[in-house]
Amino acid sequence: MSQAALKQKPSTQEPAITLELAKSFGLSESEFTLVKDILGRMPTYTELGIFSVMWSEHCSYKSSRLHLKKLPTTGKCVIQGPGENAGVIDIGDGQAAVFKMESHNHPSYIEPYQGAATGVGGIMRDVFTMGARPIANLNALRFGDPSHPKTRTLVKGVVAGISGYGNCVGVPTVGGETNFHKSYNGNNLVNAMTVGLADQDKIYYARGAGVGQPIVYVGSKTGRDGIHGATMASAEFGDGNEENRPTVQVGDPFTEKLLIEACLELMQSDAIISIQDMGAAGLTSSAVEIASKGEIGVVLDLDHVPQREINMVPYEIMLSESQERMLMILKPGSENKARAIIEKWDLDFAVIGHTTDDQHLRLNMYGECWCDIPVPPLVDQAPLYDRPSVPPKAPEKIDNQAFDVSDKGLLGDLKKLIACPDLASKRWIWEQYDSLVMGETIFSPGVANTQALKSGDAALVKIPNKDKALAMSSDVTPRYVEANPFEGGKQAVAESYRNITATGATPLAITNNLNFGNPEKPEIMGQIVAALDGMGEACRALDYPIVSGNVSLYNETSGRAIQPTPTIGGVGVISDYKQAVGLAFTKEGHSIFVIGETKGHLGQSLFLREIHGMEKGDAPHVDLTAEKLNGDFIRAQILSGEISACHDVSDGGLLVAVAEMAMAGKIGCVIEHKADHAASFWFGEDQARYVVVTDNPERLKQAASVVNVPIMKLGITYGTELILDEKISVSDLTRVHERWLPDYMNNISLDNSLTAS
Amino acid sequence: MKSAIIVFPGTNREKDMQMALEHVSGQTPSLVWHKDTSLPNCDLMVLPGGFSYGDYLRCGAMAAHSPIMKEVIDRAKKGTRLLAVCNGFQMLVETGLVPGALLHNQSLKFICKQVHLRAENTQTDFTRRFAKGQVLQVPIAHGEGNYFVNDDTLKSLQDNNQIAFRYCDEDGQATADSNPNGSIYNIAGVFNDSKTIMGMMPHPEDSVVTHANGHQGIPLFQSIVEALA
Repeated sequence: MSQAALKQKPSTQEPAITLELAKSFGLSESEFTLVKDILGRMPTYTELGIFSVMWSEHCSYKSSRLHLKKLPTTGKCVIQGPGENAGVIDIGDGQAAVFKMESHNHPSYIEPYQGAATGVGGIMRDVFTMGARPIANLNALRFGDPSHPKTRTLVKGVVAGISGYGNCVGVPTVGGETNFHKSYNGNNLVNAMTVGLADQDKIYYARGAGVGQPIVYVGSKTGRDGIHGATMASAEFGDGNEENRPTVQVGDPFTEKLLIEACLELMQSDAIISIQDMGAAGLTSSAVEIASKGEIGVVLDLDHVPQREINMVPYEIMLSESQERMLMILKPGSENKARAIIEKWDLDFAVIGHTTDDQHLRLNMYGECWCDIPVPPLVDQAPLYDRPSVPPKAPEKIDNQAFDVSDKGLLGDLKKLIACPDLASKRWIWEQYDSLVMGETIFSPGVANTQALKSGDAALVKIPNKDKALAMSSDVTPRYVEANPFEGGKQAVAESYRNITATGATPLAITNNLNFGNPEKPEIMGQIVAALDGMGEACRALDYPIVSGNVSLYNETSGRAIQPTPTIGGVGVISDYKQAVGLAFTKEGHSIFVIGETKGHLGQSLFLREIHGMEKGDAPHVDLTAEKLNGDFIRAQILSGEISACHDVSDGGLLVAVAEMAMAGKIGCVIEHKADHAASFWFGEDQARYVVVTDNPERLKQAASVVNVPIMKLGITYGTELILDEKISVSDLTRVHERWLPDYMNNISLDNSLTAS
Repeated sequence: MKSAIIVFPGTNREKDMQMALEHVSGQTPSLVWHKDTSLPNCDLMVLPGGFSYGDYLRCGAMAAHSPIMKEVIDRAKKGTRLLAVCNGFQMLVETGLVPGALLHNQSLKFICKQVHLRAENTQTDFTRRFAKGQVLQVPIAHGEGNYFVNDDTLKSLQDNNQIAFRYCDEDGQATADSNPNGSIYNIAGVFNDSKTIMGMMPHPEDSVVTHANGHQGIPLFQSIVEALA
């Protein structure tokens, strides 16, 4: 199709601007009034579209902004906190880690493959936009109850979408988590995280553009896909949301790969002044962002935007969420140099406008002006709500001693736990992800027989041509956050800190992905406020600041909210990857200890849920002083070579942690410790704990006593069986652990696979 | 030994290959862009892994017609050694330099995992450092690695010792369970009839460098270096 054929002004009339239209775009009556006040007139159709996406929850954070401000975002490693495309931290040697996590929940429910794929694509663009080469992807997935008729299809589609996109682009998918709970039945969560590597002196920002500079469009052509996607992501689902399918974007990982290489090559020159990817709200948000951050105006000639469909109007071009597109401000005169590099990679390159000094966003097409909005009020007067909230209900207390192991015994319950959907091996998922491409992966996902032959509590990826490595993890325990949002918020940060620590790395900073229900409901707003308070307290205590994040609200279907799920993506660094330890038992005859105090907290434990069928009690409380103390101790001991394996104690408690270490190392153990109350001791989920293995028990005990860290011996690594009062072979444990998910995906009877061994 | 790795749009394992070759040979391979029409002077050409052209058409089909491929095919026919891995192997079968086709994995899913391979013919420039029947563990990472040939071609591959590696278990038995993708006769890699070209789906280059947790791909690269030194 020739460009001339595209450039005919369509004859159809745009709808009249009314309050009803504004409401259908997601604006409230007061927001619509404000739009008219800012413009001093009725908006055009294009302008209304632009206001509505910029003021959507997804783009404006209007319900969460007030509370996000309370989070700590500075620290000695922080180069760039929230507000840019991704956070940037100092990892030494003049290098930086650039990272962020972002949700693609709603699209992934409507169209699992494309929704998940474009989630991965979008977050990678946020990272390489800043000049960083993506070196690792992680993902946190939450699906509905396995028995729900849609769950299996969603798992299959989401995993295939992540695999299809990430593998093709050639960035290793090295970690993540997958949980199942009925609260996600109508609203699964897909949170994707990318970590990139950049030189500190080559980081690119959205800010910094000046007047009279060319604005360049690079990447795929613009089509009609994803129009109003940001608005869809800011609304509750009703039944029948499948009709939203056209608002889901379609991903092209091959173009993304070309775009990465082309942008990173161009960034080696000095042509780019400012750059922004076209993510949610597409060309609108990228143009507004560049104008707002540079305090300049922008004129775009939309006729020049590469278009994939005919007869497009400015409304469609500005709101399209077509993927794999970038907007750049170039140094005047460098257009030809830039064009040569972009076209070498067979990508579209078009000068589509220039910057001005009047701080207006002006859009021309077909010889007419379609939009003239003053940028400062569009951004600064975006609605900000202090939504009413009610404090969460006090959780009910339970008596830990009242719950005993079942008649199947300790090992019977252990088998059931390690085969339950939340703890069962996720091999069926991660074997579809290439975790090895780029050749730097030290610890890959899973427990036993992993892709990189080793695994740890965090993924570990070495920095090219250096000995240092980044440790990365994704964590949150939604059932804790639901029972006690404040402690649950703390726990998510603390577990991230522990997982990084358990490899020997120093936790540096986090990104958060806040998935909640409808903030217009006071009890949901109460969850958000309390969870953020808890999160902030933990970040401050652990010196673990938040450098980027994303908020996903309205995760409800027909009035039912998801469990609050503030996912934490943590990043740490270890100066020599050879000092890192995995979770596997490495040798027989080593002593097994638990570090940290075991009180036997069974509230909200998996034991209570899976063995007693109860989701009740308070979440375990997090003693942040103990977290810090124990974490510092663990790290010091790993780095001085005293510890040969380390695993944090989380879901399922101590015995699950020990079993996972045995399965990973294919080595058994003899447990000598006799618990007074077996269920709470072995399955309690007290925080601030690690299981460690050492060949020098006396020295470790001595070191712990010096700094007052609680330490207790559990047993010795030995043989091929897990031996308590009874015993079970490690290979049997592994078989049970590995079986649930493939059986489930192949539709083999659930009950059968859970009870058989 | 001088080597050249061909880079196509969508290639993504060229760095892995570069690190492995450099580690074993001590010389940095050159990267050659697919739009180039001439190759540098080299003893070994490599078609690396990735998703050339997104693999939107049949895997490797587009890349097999890139400008540089004319030169690669010419040189390969004249005897310059050619190693083709994963997406490179898919391109190689598209060129017809070795027989066969690579179909979707039997599970219809992308699979990344460690597999065991048995070296079948250790009399070649690619495999001389392996003992016959030696088992090595290296990863695979592909969605379309299910090697297929018809019975006659299989017979001729066998008769002419053109099978390089077969998937097997830890003990070297080529069982159905150890076949990760449904490849005929558990074939993981093959030679051309003169053994100057080898194509394989697994990634020996990811089991070479010091920081890799496995190192069983090393003899393959040592063989090449020794033969072409």
